[in-house]
Amino acid sequence: MTFEGRVGRRSRSSFMGLAAVALIAVLPAQAEAPREAAAVGNFRLDNGMEVVVIPDHRAPIVTHMVWYRVGSADEPPGKSGIAHFFEHLMFKGTKTHPAGEFDSKVAEIGGNGNAFTSYDYTAYIQTVTPEALEMVMGFESDRMRNLNLTDNVIGTERDVILEERRSRVENSPEALLSEEVDATLYQNHPYRVPVIGWMHEVEKLNRTDAVAFYDRYYAPNNAVLVVAGDVDPANVKALAEKTYGKVERGPDLPPRVRPQEPEQNTKRTVTLTDPRVSVPSFRKSWVVPSYQDAETGEAEALDLLSEILGGGTRSRIYQELVVRQGIASSAGAYFQGDALDPTTFSIFGAPRGAASLETVEKAIDTEIVKIIKDGISDTELEKAKNRFVRSMIFARDSQSGMANIYGSTLATGGTVKDIEEWPDRIRRVTAKQIQDAAAKYLNPQHSVAGYLMPETESKN
Amino acid sequence: MTTPSHSRFLTAAASLFLAIVLLILPTLVSARAAVTIQEVTSPNGIKAWLVEDHAVPIISIRFAFNGGSTQDPAGKEGVANLMTGLFDEGAGDLDANAFQERLDDAGAEMRFDASRDYVYGSMRMLADQKDEALELLRMAIETPRFDAAPIDRIRSQIVSGIVANAKDPETAAQFAWAKALYGEHPYSRRDEGTEQTLASITAEDLKSFHKRLFARENLTVAVVGAIDAETLKLELDKLFGDLPEKPSLQPVDRVQPKLAQEIRIPYDLPQATLQLAYPGIERSDPQFFAAFLMNHILGGGTFTSRLFNEVREKRGLAYGIESSLVNNEHSSGLVIGTATRSDRAGEALAIIRAEVKRMAEQGVTDEELEAAKKYVIGSYAINNLDTSRGIASTLVELQIDKLGIDYMDRRKNEIGAVTKEDVQAVAKRLLSAEPAIMIVGPAGDSGGKG
Repeated sequence: MTFEGRVGRRSRSSFMGLAAVALIAVLPAQAEAPREAAAVGNFRLDNGMEVVVIPDHRAPIVTHMVWYRVGSADEPPGKSGIAHFFEHLMFKGTKTHPAGEFDSKVAEIGGNGNAFTSYDYTAYIQTVTPEALEMVMGFESDRMRNLNLTDNVIGTERDVILEERRSRVENSPEALLSEEVDATLYQNHPYRVPVIGWMHEVEKLNRTDAVAFYDRYYAPNNAVLVVAGDVDPANVKALAEKTYGKVERGPDLPPRVRPQEPEQNTKRTVTLTDPRVSVPSFRKSWVVPSYQDAETGEAEALDLLSEILGGGTRSRIYQELVVRQGIASSAGAYFQGDALDPTTFSIFGAPRGAASLETVEKAIDTEIVKIIKDGISDTELEKAKNRFVRSMIFARDSQSGMANIYGSTLATGGTVKDIEEWPDRIRRVTAKQIQDAAAKYLNPQHSVAGYLMPETESKN
Repeated sequence: MTTPSHSRFLTAAASLFLAIVLLILPTLVSARAAVTIQEVTSPNGIKAWLVEDHAVPIISIRFAFNGGSTQDPAGKEGVANLMTGLFDEGAGDLDANAFQERLDDAGAEMRFDASRDYVYGSMRMLADQKDEALELLRMAIETPRFDAAPIDRIRSQIVSGIVANAKDPETAAQFAWAKALYGEHPYSRRDEGTEQTLASITAEDLKSFHKRLFARENLTVAVVGAIDAETLKLELDKLFGDLPEKPSLQPVDRVQPKLAQEIRIPYDLPQATLQLAYPGIERSDPQFFAAFLMNHILGGGTFTSRLFNEVREKRGLAYGIESSLVNNEHSSGLVIGTATRSDRAGEALAIIRAEVKRMAEQGVTDEELEAAKKYVIGSYAINNLDTSRGIASTLVELQIDKLGIDYMDRRKNEIGAVTKEDVQAVAKRLLSAEPAIMIVGPAGDSGGKG
């Protein structure tokens, strides 16, 4: 769910859920494997721009990404969607390069380009041949400060985004419910607002909003350059100095302090009934620490907990509900670890055959209680750890996947070292830590449940 | 295995035509060869294409057996799809649980899925655990168990998916579209079957289907990663050597999609979905690349196409718009799809039809053709050779399309040789026809003839 489909610049909004899981599960690279690729380069330009270079010489391809440390959770109140809207406007031309020229130049050499926005970051990506790297760096550094925004392009692009919202959200009962579950789960933090923005606010976004957002956040000292592929760090450094290095440092931004969540004290439910739905389904979510926010080891424990509880077909929930009891067609759990602030842990399920949604929900709750009460076995912990650790070897097969891992980690306050040490931190997690995390965070009395219901039935 | 999902309609509609992939296959980059392909033949005569690469300690294998859901017997529709859900549910002397546990311990990822024309299998494994991983793959291929409990479970998951989508307008549209285009041909059937046909499928049906398709003559294999040719030869015999020599396939007729019709799926939605189908072109047709370049200029998947500019960039009518050449084993087409606000669906349709007409009548400019050639040549490696799984998948499709082991070297010249006149001729040939059009959304405004 990251880069499939090349039609249009994308918002990750509606995909955050599972995309984030996949990313974390696939997390890191190289820690210790001896059969290693060349070392990852990591340095800063004089203007404060951080650079990461991940050499991979298997094919003459380079993935070039610029990650800005700004996402929808940094938007001013009442301007929801501006981060994503602005991402679209970055394709509208600069003082020296008219709209479309960058896309054409990339297409001309057979390359691909795109961009996406999330809660905590906005990223621009091109995949090209190594010879074209300097060219894309030239264009990308030019639009970091020299965008030329007219009212004319703004009106048309806003229409495009309204269509994007209709496609992704209004046309999908699941997406509509998901938006409102998040808005209920987060009572104060801006993660309650959808990345793509609320319809009534997107309709009013204008040039002044866009320029203010650009001037505040788009500067080298608020960006991370990630280059993965058939390149060497020294060469990338020289090219980066020649292009991005010429962009003037922007004002120092204050720390990214967003309104934080109050204590959660209630159990809330959100229900959407829709004629397009035939089989009910539910998702229950909690606010939990993220990798950036957690005490050491707590996010790793939550990650492993989600894997053991409901990460795949070998998980407890799947084996119990889908295989043994035969009451669910799908059921599982996920943890969105790569966030700057406290994040979401969710369980989900849908009944099959004659089973009711309530039965499914109760059976999942029972699995959570079992872990809280009896903990997990050493064997299942070992297997889950092995899956995580080997995922980083598989991750090295995908250049763009590696660029995403490094980019999203660095844009949410992590470091290259965090990534390299992740497998060791996973190995150190104990069964007791996982049991403690379940007990501490998965309290059914402090949760939000979303129910998607067919028109004719009611939940009970 | 596929279970019907709430995927966006465009995607769903495109998958009706399947293997678009086949044709997006495009060329290698410049001087440095990205991949060196060897043809390996095992002692027992099983062939595979191999790209040996030890940079990352993993191995990917992908293979295909000709004959997918089109081979489902009448009344047993869904058997190919159901079968692909059962390969990790017990094989040889291992039941479902024991098999999955060993697969997990071996650190391997195994997948099977059925398209209309092929059943595909793949495995990605760590090089130092390849012996155990390949042994499990062998068992899955040669001795799947089709035990009653997993059959019932997987079947009921598929049925849940069918029931869940019963009232979804996009799903309804997807099937109405296939029915309208293909009539009684097997391509019009639902790959996952229906509740009734699924209920009638027995373990015997699955076993006999497996036996009919999984045969050595029917097999295409590609392997990428940390394994050498000599080792692979022995592994190929272990994996596939005990399969029967010949498959037993029902012939499938060629089918021309029925054009010149309008299908409406009235539904009160905030956005209308438009789908247009024109005649396509065979992969073996000498004008294939002319058509491929023409389609790229018209609405290929970049931010530079004519349709993208007219519908999205100039007018803000849609988020995505794309045209694709679609080639199946027994049919071809050119499909345009978009989603637009309901009250301006007529306007969007009129613009699309005007662009199609302009292409049919006037062809393309020298500049457009040059830019398209550069993209189509240069993008091959980026789109197809970026991961070992991607390479393996590309190599399977190249073999299926009989394009030859030197295809990547030839392709650039074949594209380079296409002239503006070739493009004009093929545009006229494909785009002069009256298309099939489907509109999903509120009744009323449609317009757009011309």
